[in-house]
Amino acid sequence: MSAKTKSGTFNRSFEPWLYLLPFIFGIVVFTLYPVINVVLISFKEGYRLLTGAFDSIGVENYLKVISDPYFINGIKNTAIYVITVVPIATAISLFFANLLNQKIRGIAIFHTAYFLPLVTSATAVGLVWKLMFNGQFGVINYLLGIFNIGPFEWITDPRMNIYTLIIYGIWNMIPFTTILLLSGLQNIDPLYYTAAKVDGASSSKMFFRITVPLLAPTIGLTCVVNTISASKVYGELFPLFNGRPGIARNLYTVVFYIYEKFYVDWDLGSAAAASIILFLIIFVFTMIQLQIQKRWKYY
Amino acid sequence: MKIKLEGVTKRFDDVVAVNDFSLEFEEGTLTALLGPSGCGKSTMLNMLSGILPVTEGKIYFDNDDVTDMPPQKRGVGLVFQNYALYPHMSVLDNICFPLEIQKVPKAERIEKAKEMARLVKIEQYLDRKPKELSGGQQQRVAIARALIKNPRLLLLDEPLSNLDARLRLEMREEIRRIQQETKVTTIFVTHDQEEAMSISDKIVLMKDGYLMQVDRPQALYDEPQKLFVANFLGNPPINNLEGKIKDGKFVLADDSASVKVDLKSAVEGEEVVLGIRAESVGVDDDADFEAIIKERFTMGKEELAILKLGNSELRIYLSSDFTHKPGEKVGFKLKNKGVFLFDKKSGERK
Ligand SMILES: Nc1ncnc2c1ncn2[C@@H]1O[C@H](COP(=O)(O)OP(=O)(O)OP(=O)(O)O)[C@@H](O)[C@H]1O
Ligand SMILES: [Mg+2]
Repeated sequence: MSAKTKSGTFNRSFEPWLYLLPFIFGIVVFTLYPVINVVLISFKEGYRLLTGAFDSIGVENYLKVISDPYFINGIKNTAIYVITVVPIATAISLFFANLLNQKIRGIAIFHTAYFLPLVTSATAVGLVWKLMFNGQFGVINYLLGIFNIGPFEWITDPRMNIYTLIIYGIWNMIPFTTILLLSGLQNIDPLYYTAAKVDGASSSKMFFRITVPLLAPTIGLTCVVNTISASKVYGELFPLFNGRPGIARNLYTVVFYIYEKFYVDWDLGSAAAASIILFLIIFVFTMIQLQIQKRWKYY
Repeated sequence: MKIKLEGVTKRFDDVVAVNDFSLEFEEGTLTALLGPSGCGKSTMLNMLSGILPVTEGKIYFDNDDVTDMPPQKRGVGLVFQNYALYPHMSVLDNICFPLEIQKVPKAERIEKAKEMARLVKIEQYLDRKPKELSGGQQQRVAIARALIKNPRLLLLDEPLSNLDARLRLEMREEIRRIQQETKVTTIFVTHDQEEAMSISDKIVLMKDGYLMQVDRPQALYDEPQKLFVANFLGNPPINNLEGKIKDGKFVLADDSASVKVDLKSAVEGEEVVLGIRAESVGVDDDADFEAIIKERFTMGKEELAILKLGNSELRIYLSSDFTHKPGEKVGFKLKNKGVFLFDKKSGERK
C-alpha cells in the first residue's frame, strides 16, 4: 500500500518534467551551452574555431583586451552613449507619453505616427537618417540653420560622429519607451487628477507630484531595459557610417569591437573575453539600478 | 454657505441626467441626495463641484453666480466614493496636499493637518500609507483632506458604500458629528434610504433625473407627495393596493374586497393606488376593512403578519396584545398617519 502511494507520488512529480523536457533541452542546447562555451573560450589562449585546439588556459585574453586601445575606446564610447541616450530618451518619451495620454480629439493619428519606427526596417530608416545627417543637403543642418546653428559635418567629421550616433540612438529608443510609459500612465486612476484639480493643482504640480511618483516603477523598468540594450549598441553604426565604427574608426563600441574580433579577425579568445567583461559591467549596473529603484516603490 | 439651483439641467447627448432642478440648500445643513442607481446623483454633485459644466440653468453660492466658475475657485471639498487618496503619499502628506498646492508654509500646513487628523480621529496613523489603513480609516483621511482648506461646501459621493455594514453605521454617525462640529454646509450622495433618513437634515429624492421631493426625512416619510417617494422610503416597504373609488370606498381592481378610506381629492370611479404603511393598521370594532390572517412571524423584536385582503396581501406590524390566530377573519382599522391615496397614472398624491 505504502509502496504504491510512493511510486504514485513519484510518477506525479516526475510527469511535469517530462512535459518540460523539450523546453529544457532547447534552453540547454541553445542558451546554456553557448554561454558556458563563451566563458570557457575566454580562458583558452590561441583557441582555433575549426579544430577547437588551444595552447593553454589563462587570463591572457583578458589582459590583451583591456590593454587594447580600441577596446578602451569602445568602453568609453559605449559609456557616453548609455549615459546620454537613456536619460534623454526617457525624458522625451515621458513627455510624449504624457501628451498621447491626453484625451484630445485626433490623438489616435499621432499614436500611429509615433509607433511607425517600430514597424519599419531599421536599415531603411538608418539610411534615411544618413541622408538627413548629410552635411550639404541634410534636413537636420537645414533646420539648425533656421536657428543660425551649424552647419555640421555629422558624418564626415569624426568629432561629430558620436553626436550623430547619440541622436540616432535617442530617436530609436523613443517609440518602445513611449509605449511602456504610456501603458504605465493608463494605469493611473484619473480620479487622482480630478481630486488634485478641484484643489487647484497646476499641470506641472500634478505631473511632478502625482504622475512621476506613480509612474516611477515603470520609469525604472524602462531605464533598466534601455540601459541593457544601449550597452549593446553596434547595429546603429552600420547604416550611418558605411559599416564602419565611425567614419575614421574612431567610434568603436564594445559590441562592435566584439563583432570585429570575431568576424573580421577570427580572434575568438578576445571576442569571448570582451563579451564576459561587458556582461559583468551590465550585470553590476543593473544590480545597482534595481537596488536604487527599490526605494522608488511607494506602494 | 447657502446654495441655490435655478433650472439646472444636464444632458449627455440624448440622456437627460438631471432635469430642471430648482432648489435651495440651507447654510450649515447636511443634505442627502437620494435615489436609485443612475438617477443623476453623481452628476448633480459634479455640477456643484464644477467638475461637470451644466447644460442649462444657474448655480449660486450665497449670492454669487458660480455656474461658469472652475472647480478650484469654488472652494469645495470633495470626498470620492473610493476616496482617491494618493497611494504614494503618507496620510499626513495626503491631508496637507490641498495646502501644499496653495503654497501654505510647511510648518503651518502640518499644524493644520494635525488639527484635521484630530477632528477625524486618525492622529496615530499620520505616517502610514493609505494602503496600510482600513476602509473606514481611509474614509476619515479623505474627509480630513477635503476639510483642510476650509471649504465653503463639502461634497461626498457615496461615502459609505465601500464599507461593511457595521462600519457604515459608525461612519455615518462620524460624518454627522464632523459636520456638526465644523458647521460646514454638506451634501452627500447615497442610494440607501436608511442612511439618508438617519443623518440628514434634508433629503433630496430623485428618480431618472427628476426631482421627486425635497423635505426633512420625517416629513418625507409621513407626507410623500408621490407614489415613488412612498415606495422608496420605509422598511418593510409600504403596501400598495391597486383599485378604484366606488360608492365612496376604495375597491380592489378585481372587486375582491373594499376598504373604507378618507377620499381626500379622489373622486368616484377614479383609478388609484392605496398605500398603507405596515405600522398604520390596528384592530378596532369600527373596522375599515376585513381580512384573513394568513401568517404571523417575528422579525427581531417586532411581530408581523401577512393579511389576505380579497386577492391581495398586506404586510403589517402587530401590537403586543394581538391575539388572533392565522386563518381567522378580523376587522382592521386604518390609522390617520401612513395611509395615502395616489393617482394611478401620474403617481401624484390625492
Ligand atoms: N459622461 C457621461 N456620458 C454619458 N452619460 C452619462 C455620463 N455620466 C453619467 N451619464 C448618465 O447619466 C445618468 C446619471 O448618472 P449618474 O452617474 O449621475 O447616476 P448616479 O445617480 O450617480 O448613479 P449611481 O448611484 O449608480 O452612482 C445615467 O443614466 C448615466 O448613464
Ligand atoms: Mg454615482
